[in-house]
Amino acid sequence: MQIGLFVPCYVDAVFPEVGVATYKLLKYLGVNVDYPMQQTCCGQPMANAGFEQKAVPLAAHFEDIFQGYDYVVAPSASCAAFVKLNYPRLLEGKHICQTSDKMMDVCEFLHDVLKVEKLPGVFPHKVSIHNSCHGVRELHLSSPSELNIPRFSKIRDLLSLVEGVSVVEPERVDECCGFGGMFSIEESEVSVQMGTEKLDSHIATGAEYITGPDSSCLMHLQGIARRQNKPIKFIHVVQILAAGL
Amino acid sequence: MSTKHSKAASAFLSNKSRAQFLNQSIWYVREKRDNVAMQLVEWEELRELSSSIKRHTVTHLDTYLEQFASRAEANGVVVHWAKDANEHNKIVYDILQQHGAKKLVKSKSMLTEECHLNNYLINKGIDVVETDLGERILQLMQVAPSHIVMPAIHLKRQQVGKLFEDKLGSESGNSDPTYLTRVARLHLRNEFMTADAGLTGANFGVAATGDVVVCTNEGNADMSTSLPPLHIVSMGIEKVIPDYRSLAVFTRLLARSATGQPSTTYTSHFRKARSGCEMHIVLVDNGRSDILGNPQHWETLKCLRCGACMNTCPVYRRSGGYSYTYFIPGPIGINLGMLRSPRVYSDNVSACSLCCSCDNVCPAKINLSEQIYFWRQGLDAIHRADPMKKIISSGLKYLYGHPALYYMGLRYAPLINRLPRNILYNRLNAWGKGRELPTFARKSFSEMWKKGIVR
Repeated sequence: MQIGLFVPCYVDAVFPEVGVATYKLLKYLGVNVDYPMQQTCCGQPMANAGFEQKAVPLAAHFEDIFQGYDYVVAPSASCAAFVKLNYPRLLEGKHICQTSDKMMDVCEFLHDVLKVEKLPGVFPHKVSIHNSCHGVRELHLSSPSELNIPRFSKIRDLLSLVEGVSVVEPERVDECCGFGGMFSIEESEVSVQMGTEKLDSHIATGAEYITGPDSSCLMHLQGIARRQNKPIKFIHVVQILAAGL
Repeated sequence: MSTKHSKAASAFLSNKSRAQFLNQSIWYVREKRDNVAMQLVEWEELRELSSSIKRHTVTHLDTYLEQFASRAEANGVVVHWAKDANEHNKIVYDILQQHGAKKLVKSKSMLTEECHLNNYLINKGIDVVETDLGERILQLMQVAPSHIVMPAIHLKRQQVGKLFEDKLGSESGNSDPTYLTRVARLHLRNEFMTADAGLTGANFGVAATGDVVVCTNEGNADMSTSLPPLHIVSMGIEKVIPDYRSLAVFTRLLARSATGQPSTTYTSHFRKARSGCEMHIVLVDNGRSDILGNPQHWETLKCLRCGACMNTCPVYRRSGGYSYTYFIPGPIGINLGMLRSPRVYSDNVSACSLCCSCDNVCPAKINLSEQIYFWRQGLDAIHRADPMKKIISSGLKYLYGHPALYYMGLRYAPLINRLPRNILYNRLNAWGKGRELPTFARKSFSEMWKKGIVR
């Protein structure tokens, strides 16, 4: 099984340690991981802003780079969801589309494909899970709070494999943090208000860290925490799963 | 970078306690909805059924409308067809005139809001009295509803107390809810008894029987129709459903989704006029046929007008109903406004973080967030796209389309971290208004990979 690692643009630039943790973890689990150069962005930022046509060449480029792998894995739920859900429509009649079926968020991949049952790491900290909207409602990493379906959380399942970690979740467990790509700057007051409340609900759990499958939400929350001098740390789920590697 | 919505939202949020009050009040309704939804094991099956029935009905609308109209006529009801708001208003006025009616009592109807019926009739000298308590409060205040199910949810009882003191002569300073309700009841009782006609909306029109079904909690639709000799129903053509079996699906979903009640206090079925009285149904298109022909947006016709999408919407709860420029706010309102006129109502399309929560609460499973995404894609063509967002998107397309440039950008990005605060946090930096900027890594992942550091 050959995996193409996709490290989304902002993870590449701002959170490279998340890419490193993903790579190390996959390697440790015996997966054949390749990181094809020339990859940049999936195109979601402009598409959500209303310019999805500008994402089409990026989608075609993404296909060219990644279509040969068995799976494409990314440490960013929202980017994975964008490729999975939107590429078939964006590329229809323009380019072959294979990555939609192959695309997975790394947590989804660890949980559903590798079915990881053991991890070596220790992380003796209390963490609050940030259930990112696209992870929850598009990739089904956990059961959305609105639906009457059996409760599950792939994130919680994975974290429970790490020794010492204590996992909590905030009230309004999967309410949006207000990032939303360019929503965060077009509706900045609403976005910051949503983020502030989300941040406070995470802090109210007494957790030391906010953790989630999507660094973009964390980036937004971290920006608010730093502005408001609120003492809580941020860490991507995969960094906890890769603890000790 | 802003829209009318974002500006209004910003103004709304400047009053922190009011903003928090609204968010809490409406979230409480979302929680009540969750509680009752989780009590029914068949909940998701019901939503699926509801969606299928609505899809079936609106795609066979001609058949069901004809059946509905002929059954209603067989029951002695007079059926009218209105192609738009104007025609609807004219028909209602003509009926009133034929009966010499001077005073009209109304139960809550979003369709009449859509048609601006009240002003039309008032300008022609009709005394129009809203009888839903929330609607009546707003009518006395001369403002519009801020929510389609709980129109006065944004008000506090003290404001209502003051209003009643001024308009209805209630005790000064008394804002006890029970007291105020009694004052309203007494006031409305008199209006019901002196009305010449009653108008209701329609939650459902049952094709098999010609029944109109109206759901209320206050019984005001029943009062509006039981006392005056004339009952007029304003009904959107998409409100028709096949039969009682399908009605059973919707009545199980509607109140649970709307307010977290197992059912509304009153689910009233109107089949024919009382002896010696008249019943009229005005079936209104007003753009609905066009929506039906719109491949990306026809699903909005499945809407039950329960308001659940508003209650769950994190943006609605933080910006309030008045921050939207269309009379229906929230996710469904963004879509319906765009269907009414994209040029006029495009300012609401920004009011969505694409969290998709609305899709999950909708009892008719409308793809609300996806539709908002689609509207955004069309803004540039009608010259309603934000120019700054367009520049950023074009810039990103260029940057990400040229990996060599992207890599160079990554190498120099850390320099941004060291720029002076007053340059970084300038007026154009909307991110920086409430947030610190992220810190660019000294070495990007791709650079580390190239150098063989990641292994």
